[in-house]
Amino acid sequence: MDDFLAARLQMAVSLGFHIIYASIGMTMPFFMFVAELKWLKTGKDVYLQLAKAWSKGVAIFFAIGAVSGTVLSFELGLLWPEFMKHAGPIIGMPFSWEGAAFFIEAIALGLFLYGWKRLNKWVHLGSGLLIGIAGVTSGFFVIAANGWMNSPEGFEWINGRAVNIDPFDAMFNAAWISQSVHMIIAAFAATGFAVAGVHGAILLKHKESQFHKNALRIALTFGAIASLIQPLSGDYSAKDIAKRQPEKLAAMESLFETQEKAPLIIGGIPDAEKKEVKLGIEIPGFLSFLAFGNFNAEVKGLDQIPREDWPPVLLTHISFQIMVLFGMIMAAIAILFLLFRWKWEYLLEKPWWLRILTFATPIGFIALETGWMVTELGRQPWIIYKIMRTKDALTPMPGIVYPLILISIIYLILTFLSVYLMRRQIRYVHEKRLNS
Amino acid sequence: MIILAFIFIGVSMLLYVLLGGADFGAGIIEIFTDKKGVNTISKAIAPVWEANHIWLIVIIVILFNAFPEVYSTITQYLHIPIMLALFGIIFRGTAFTFRYYDPFSDTSHAIYTFIFKLFSVFTPFFLGVTLGAVIFGEINTASGISFYQQYIAPWLNLFSISLGLFIVILFAYLASVYLSGEPADEESNKDFKRLSKLILIALVITGGLVFIIAEFSGLHLLHKFIKSPVSIGCGVFATLLLPAFLIALNRNRASLVRIIAGAQTGAILIGWFAAQFPVLVVLQGSPSLTIYNTVAPDKTLLMMIIALFVGLAFVIPLLFYLFKVFKFSEKTNTDY
Repeated sequence: MDDFLAARLQMAVSLGFHIIYASIGMTMPFFMFVAELKWLKTGKDVYLQLAKAWSKGVAIFFAIGAVSGTVLSFELGLLWPEFMKHAGPIIGMPFSWEGAAFFIEAIALGLFLYGWKRLNKWVHLGSGLLIGIAGVTSGFFVIAANGWMNSPEGFEWINGRAVNIDPFDAMFNAAWISQSVHMIIAAFAATGFAVAGVHGAILLKHKESQFHKNALRIALTFGAIASLIQPLSGDYSAKDIAKRQPEKLAAMESLFETQEKAPLIIGGIPDAEKKEVKLGIEIPGFLSFLAFGNFNAEVKGLDQIPREDWPPVLLTHISFQIMVLFGMIMAAIAILFLLFRWKWEYLLEKPWWLRILTFATPIGFIALETGWMVTELGRQPWIIYKIMRTKDALTPMPGIVYPLILISIIYLILTFLSVYLMRRQIRYVHEKRLNS
Repeated sequence: MIILAFIFIGVSMLLYVLLGGADFGAGIIEIFTDKKGVNTISKAIAPVWEANHIWLIVIIVILFNAFPEVYSTITQYLHIPIMLALFGIIFRGTAFTFRYYDPFSDTSHAIYTFIFKLFSVFTPFFLGVTLGAVIFGEINTASGISFYQQYIAPWLNLFSISLGLFIVILFAYLASVYLSGEPADEESNKDFKRLSKLILIALVITGGLVFIIAEFSGLHLLHKFIKSPVSIGCGVFATLLLPAFLIALNRNRASLVRIIAGAQTGAILIGWFAAQFPVLVVLQGSPSLTIYNTVAPDKTLLMMIIALFVGLAFVIPLLFYLFKVFKFSEKTNTDY
């Protein structure tokens, strides 16, 4: 395998791994905050136990998120030293803020996890909220850095060097808000569905457990609300990249030719060589509408982009299709859930409903990962959009395939281990509850 | 402002050594303790370990922000030892968390513990080796030299290895000092104390070894050290504290012992920074990277320093609170 592909894969594996743990680490504290708040309000012990059980999950995910994040802060330089040499002084500021927020998150987590008896109840509750707020804040900042790669601002590029650097403009780049809002909502939706799915699966076996019923309800409320807001944020993102990165939109939608009344292509397999899409369903005018709010608007196709600047069309397109499909399924489940909660409460305990939720456990994270792939693949071949090509940032060190193999094996083992540990935690909580 | 950024790196490094280092050290000490001792260790580090390790990220962020070429040079040419240290960070952190949160004590616990101990030595060793390579001056940025010369020789040398060893023992020493003051039973306290004396001896020996190897390898560390008055002062100060340390240890003054050990470490680090100033990375065949020839533009520095000050304004009080709640309180139960 050549070093360039190996380095890209290592980055994909590392980010793809980290993003799951980081997403859970920043959103799940809100779930346990709600559980603890309910305990303080109602005095029902079952909520306290829920908050404690969830906090252990958060501790495990957070720890893995923290170590994989530390690895990433080095990997950026290990794999792309040329990129970091130029980008560091420009986007270092959001990383500094992110570091501070992450620090606060870690401290608050320490207080929450180990302070059940040492802290005043309300201070303890506050520490729980602080974990969540600091976590989301750190996510917001770190995405500012990624936003800058898509929309590089705050400097002038002269003779291969950045001059007149303004870190403030770089941080407040045009892609930041749409990207970070979309990502954070996705994290809430994915975590909400995953947690609800796990508790749903247990409820199928232990129908009367109030503990799991409460857990499912809190988690899915977060997941459902997030899933319903997400299409709005997605629409905003689509309009944003239609203006800023037309080749990304064209790759997502496999639009090879610039046209008015551009069709929305659902599914299908694009062939970049023949410039056609096989087996897709076309809805005329809809892409124009989604991108510009006008069915007749002209949408830029890949024909206007030099061939060497095309993103990988097939992967970007398929990733986008999967993200949208799963996002829609989640939105549909969300509508049913809110409807049931409002009108037909008894349906929430039906086995078929629980089975749907169990089935939906991973789909939020699949949507999140494929969405991340869309934004990363859609930016290629650039590491800094229209400034620096990814291949020019590559480390000259040969043999990158070896760290790639090692990192992949380690992260695979850790994935299995964290699932294994979760199962043991759940079994333990369950046995303890039966015995008490 | 350049100096301020440099001081920030120094302070973060000191905190990483004192806090993160002691945390690594706790894992090293575990090799030499019994089950009770292990329990004390687990309880002592669990609430603060994540926070302690963030100082490393702070150092990294300051480096690529303020001295980007230093960051990219280190990551490019010391890819291998850094990657090894990173593997260590992953294994150690997750093994510790898994051990703490795996509710069933069966064979899996033995595996977590083994991994935790192993990488508590492995990780600081390679961090030390990396640091050694940064000082040693074998990093060669010329093109057309062999893979071995470019990516292995800079760190696979006696000096870097001896520094790696020194760091491992330094961390173990810090941990033994901290732990001897942890609220535990009399006996483990005694054990930790005896251990800290033994480790101190080992530390002085390896410290001397680092200087000797440096002399033989053509790196005149001692010469550099005595050229700077600050370094001499720090060296003398750290040495003078040795007897004070032993007296305090024998008289059971736990907090005084911790302060002295911290002050010694601080003195060694400040002395080293002063001897090194303003060089950050020593290169072979081209001028060294200093804080002056790699520094980012003023605006970047200003923004970073503001972010660091504001960030620390939140972090420091919270951190004090965290330590106050868990480290200086009389209650022994961390209620899990």
